[in-house]
Amino acid sequence: MSTEAPHTDVALSSRVRLARNLGNIPFPNQATETDLAKVVGQVVKAISRVPKLSGLEIIRLSEASALDRQVLVEKHLISPQHAQGGEMRLAIVAGDESISVMVNEEDHIRIQTLLPGFQLYEAYQLADEIDDLFESQLDYAFDERIGYLAACPTNVGTGLRVSIMVHLPALAATGHVMAVLSAVSKLGIAVRGLYGEGSEALGNMYQLSNQVTLGRSEHELIENLGAVTMQVIEQERAIRKKLMTEMREQLEDRVQRAYGILCHARLMTSQEALKLLSDAKLGAELNLIPGLSGETINELMVITQPAYLKTLAGQELDPADRDIRRATLIRERIRTGREGKEI
Amino acid sequence: MLCDECKKRPANVHITKIVNGVKSEAHLCEECAGEKGELTLFSESKFSFPSLLTGLLQTGPGIGSHVSIHDNIVDGCENCGLSFSTFANRGFLGCSECYTHFGPRLEPLIRRIHGTYQHTGKVPKRIGGTAGVMREIENLRRDLAKLVSQEKYEEAAVVRDKIKALEKRLSDEA
Repeated sequence: MSTEAPHTDVALSSRVRLARNLGNIPFPNQATETDLAKVVGQVVKAISRVPKLSGLEIIRLSEASALDRQVLVEKHLISPQHAQGGEMRLAIVAGDESISVMVNEEDHIRIQTLLPGFQLYEAYQLADEIDDLFESQLDYAFDERIGYLAACPTNVGTGLRVSIMVHLPALAATGHVMAVLSAVSKLGIAVRGLYGEGSEALGNMYQLSNQVTLGRSEHELIENLGAVTMQVIEQERAIRKKLMTEMREQLEDRVQRAYGILCHARLMTSQEALKLLSDAKLGAELNLIPGLSGETINELMVITQPAYLKTLAGQELDPADRDIRRATLIRERIRTGREGKEI
Repeated sequence: MLCDECKKRPANVHITKIVNGVKSEAHLCEECAGEKGELTLFSESKFSFPSLLTGLLQTGPGIGSHVSIHDNIVDGCENCGLSFSTFANRGFLGCSECYTHFGPRLEPLIRRIHGTYQHTGKVPKRIGGTAGVMREIENLRRDLAKLVSQEKYEEAAVVRDKIKALEKRLSDEA
């Protein structure tokens, strides 16, 4: 992920998803194989007819290996459910992996875009453009009154789910995170955190997304999420600043302890890794750890997850093996990241 | 504590979600969480929405009684054969016709989820027609008001000209 993306000190990535279905063909959950084949046929034909879409790679999931499917999941290009889908499921991806289209997942077509940092509007524009190109060839299921029709009524209307991943270690450390997120959830925003033992979210990562898809325009939905997210980002920054001036020793101690363990540990569980990487990322963003970049940490947060380690190893790993490989990988990446900076 | 899913392995992944201000918790083992995509931080939540939906259908005042009245009269979408009770259990409709077929029963549910029953966003160009143009004008007017309040007059002028052009197109077609 590039450093040029805005607000990467708190916002990790922005994602947009559009749910679309073709008229006159049952949704995937009620469709026969013949129906699903029709969808595949129409989508493939549409891509071949539109020069701007011809750069997309079409992957038939039933023909891809289990490992390749897993890689698509780890890169967030397809959902785990889609990877297990079987016949007549497609993953359509762009070379730089900012765009992916799932065919015959929960809906016939799901257009997804993923950009680093705070780029909700840019991610939407990209998805909107792909949507227009598909629409020029396909007959979407659309109702004048309630908009784009989706398999699940929670997605009807715009079919738009826009989400952003934020890292909130300072709000979490000072016990403010639940209050902030509860307030946010009253503003039409859904919050999702991954929890470990205790009250702090694992890695202090939270996903904010729009709750409703109907009754507001795409721009309003994006603007609302963007405005709320900026508030959360500002609060996180304010507390980081406060910690730097008022509790510098404690903050540095926590960050350096985490960094020390990451640099030297020989065994590391995924939960411990997420916790320590979160502390180290906070340190990196506040320039408390010379030579360690936030990017290195972002990368490690993804590649130290269990399935990704398996992918890197190219074989099944039991948890003990994983813990060894994870610790080794972290030590190596931090070292090469540091050397990269010195050069 | 044992995993909610497999009830065998110890739960070591604890997920809390807040949707519509309602907090829900799930306690899973690493394997089950991985399978559900819960360990993939950016995946969409899969189990909360259908279950939330089913919950709304079962507990909502007005909706429950609505369902029972209609259940005796019609059943099964004529196009795909899905019954309303199957929808209520699974949370998914079978085809675009289901929205028409189950319309009277879906409307209160959709209002409950989204707080409205009127789409105001994007319209496919080929379906668009007059409704599409009118909606676009509506959206542009909103943009215009915002730009004016931000004193971005040059951009506002561009939007104003777009609105004029669309209005002319409407009156020409009429």
